[in-house]
Amino acid sequence: MCFILFSIGIYCILVKRNLIKIIIGIGIAEYAVNLFFILVGYRAQGRAPILAKQQVIQNMVDPLPQALILTNIVIGLAVTVLIVAIAIRIYEKYGTFDITKIRRLRG
Amino acid sequence: MNLASLPVTRNLLPLFVAIPLGSAFLVSLLGKRVKGFSDTFSNVATFSLLSISLLSLLLVKHSGTVVYKVGGWIPPIGICMVLDSLTSFMLITINLIAFLVTIYSISYMERYTAKWKFYTLFLLMLAGMNGVIVTGDMFNLFVFLEIASISSYALVAFGVEHEELEASFKYMVMGILASSFILLGIGFLYSLTSTLNMADMSRTLAKIGDNRTVFFVSVLFLMGFGLKAALVPFHAWLPDAHPSAPAPISAMLSGVLIKALGVYALARIFFNVLGMTATSSSIFMVLGTISMVLGGLLALGQEDIKRLFAYSSISQIGYIVFAVGMGTPLGILAGLFHLFNHAIFKSLLFLNSGSIEYATGTRDLRKMGGLTSKMPVTGYSSLVGSMSISGIPPFSGFWSKLLIILAAIQAKHFVFAAIAVLVSILTLAYYLKVQRLAFFGELRDSLKGIKEVPLTMKLSMIILSIICIFGGLLLIPGVQKNFLSLATEVLVNGTNYAQIILGSIK
Amino acid sequence: MTLIVKTITRLTVGLILLYGIYIVTHGHISPGGGFAGGVIIALSFIHLMLAFGKDLALRKLSEKLATFFENFGAIMFLTIGLLGFIGGYFFFNFIFKGKPFNLFSAGIIPLCNIAICFKVGAGLFAVFVALILLKVPIKKE
Repeated sequence: MCFILFSIGIYCILVKRNLIKIIIGIGIAEYAVNLFFILVGYRAQGRAPILAKQQVIQNMVDPLPQALILTNIVIGLAVTVLIVAIAIRIYEKYGTFDITKIRRLRG
Repeated sequence: MNLASLPVTRNLLPLFVAIPLGSAFLVSLLGKRVKGFSDTFSNVATFSLLSISLLSLLLVKHSGTVVYKVGGWIPPIGICMVLDSLTSFMLITINLIAFLVTIYSISYMERYTAKWKFYTLFLLMLAGMNGVIVTGDMFNLFVFLEIASISSYALVAFGVEHEELEASFKYMVMGILASSFILLGIGFLYSLTSTLNMADMSRTLAKIGDNRTVFFVSVLFLMGFGLKAALVPFHAWLPDAHPSAPAPISAMLSGVLIKALGVYALARIFFNVLGMTATSSSIFMVLGTISMVLGGLLALGQEDIKRLFAYSSISQIGYIVFAVGMGTPLGILAGLFHLFNHAIFKSLLFLNSGSIEYATGTRDLRKMGGLTSKMPVTGYSSLVGSMSISGIPPFSGFWSKLLIILAAIQAKHFVFAAIAVLVSILTLAYYLKVQRLAFFGELRDSLKGIKEVPLTMKLSMIILSIICIFGGLLLIPGVQKNFLSLATEVLVNGTNYAQIILGSIK
Repeated sequence: MTLIVKTITRLTVGLILLYGIYIVTHGHISPGGGFAGGVIIALSFIHLMLAFGKDLALRKLSEKLATFFENFGAIMFLTIGLLGFIGGYFFFNFIFKGKPFNLFSAGIIPLCNIAICFKVGAGLFAVFVALILLKVPIKKE
């Protein structure tokens, strides 16, 4: 499942011509990786790894990947924000979102 | 004086990250209000980083590998920071270049508004790079990698012109893709070993033995970190991104970032965590050689001076990866020495191109000529840098290239050695072209009015060229034993890394 | 924006802010913590901006103040970490740890959460403001 999402994301990045679609493709690929991490931490019949007051400690899912995923989501947010800001500036300068027309650098 | 018991040295490791991080936010807070604050503060910060890097070298010699438990949690539960000789070596390289670049930036960045934003991003990038080197935990490595990468994406697009934005966008997309691959790899490794600590992971992986997943993970890492290190075929972002950045950033990016994030991480993971096998060794060597050749060939036809330097970086990184990939002690020694040398002379060359741009306003080689008569410091330091990178004795580059070729011959890879020699001649060719077109020859009329660059820029270039000239001294047996050989041993030790780290936890 | 949106916003914005603060301070007991709480707090300001237009929202929290909060949050976080040096290590838990499941327990973690909340909230709001305020001239090619 995650790999289908990941491949859709990568396909979007490589093939699509519109800048915004590339950014969405990056978002899809990134969330696919996060989903994969959740899958890694799954234990059979586990519960959420939070201790409440009157709860007997039972089988829990692995909490470590959840911390990693949280960090990764924040990183992904920062990256998305930056890339969108650059995309807006590109639109301002070039007037188009089509990457085949944004080709000033050659060689 | 017992060095290890000073409070500074006991808590040395987090300072490498805490100082640039704190300075970045302080500069962001106060840089707009107080005039000249951002300059002085950043320079003070990088200078203190340089001093504690040198201190770390003494510390490692004194007490062996130092493991610092963050927050007092014992690894493998907690995150640990590791200081061994390889770390110390990289730290000195990076902080030295960073310090000289900040001195250079005092004058160069006057042309851009919002200088404090530049310093904030620069210090954040430095914090990320230091963090990558110092950490001993896999996910922490990824987090610091991202911090440094995001800051570099923003820095490439700093002056918002057409080409810079386009280059930054391409760089960002490829960089994000690389980070996703690295993250996937870490995820797979975690599912195999249930730990993120590098030492613990290598121990568990040794027990598991050869596995298809491990091979898949190494391919993922190769793709991810190879893109960060600009190995062929993942190099496509570098010729666009490095020239478009402002000159001090190009120096940092090309001289330091691709090495700290790319080559160091590859070496650390493949040698210490995954264990170097014959397959990975040959992949490194082949990719390194292809980078050497391709970078060199593509550099010949360039007219933009910074783009030429960027392609030359690809070529030299190929040398380093090839040497380190050989796996023999002499090869690793040569590779690390070339890493240090290349950081020095590539930064010098990029700073030179920055001063050319500052004085003449152009980057096109066809429009330059005879600059040495008007800008002697730039001209001569550029001459030193070019001769060093082409491998002419007695400059430092000659020694490192000689060592690489000798190591290749010693390991009986004669074809690779021959290719290395040929590429070296190619390097000489295109640097001679740069020298001839830019510095010697007749001074054009349009350039008659240029002057030499300001003092701070001159200072950094002079210091860098002095290090170039005397870099060969690092091979004298007394100095070499303390500096380079220790770093080599860490990599040669390979999976013994785990023993050392876990053994020194008290 | 229509009258319905404006009325509902006036009623709920304060509640959203309060809910965000709740998530931040109970970060060590129940799910949430600094990031999630910070996002929700930023959302309350953005909600104001969406419903009433940017001028009103900027009067509540101007750009300079947002940048200041962002830096302040980061420096606070770093200071808490550095203060751990007193105990001997970076990020050491040195404040009195009460019984688990109470509000005042687990050492420095709630303080860290609050610092992160400042940074994330102010950062998100500043980003939103920066992206909205940029006037994009549409060029005809």
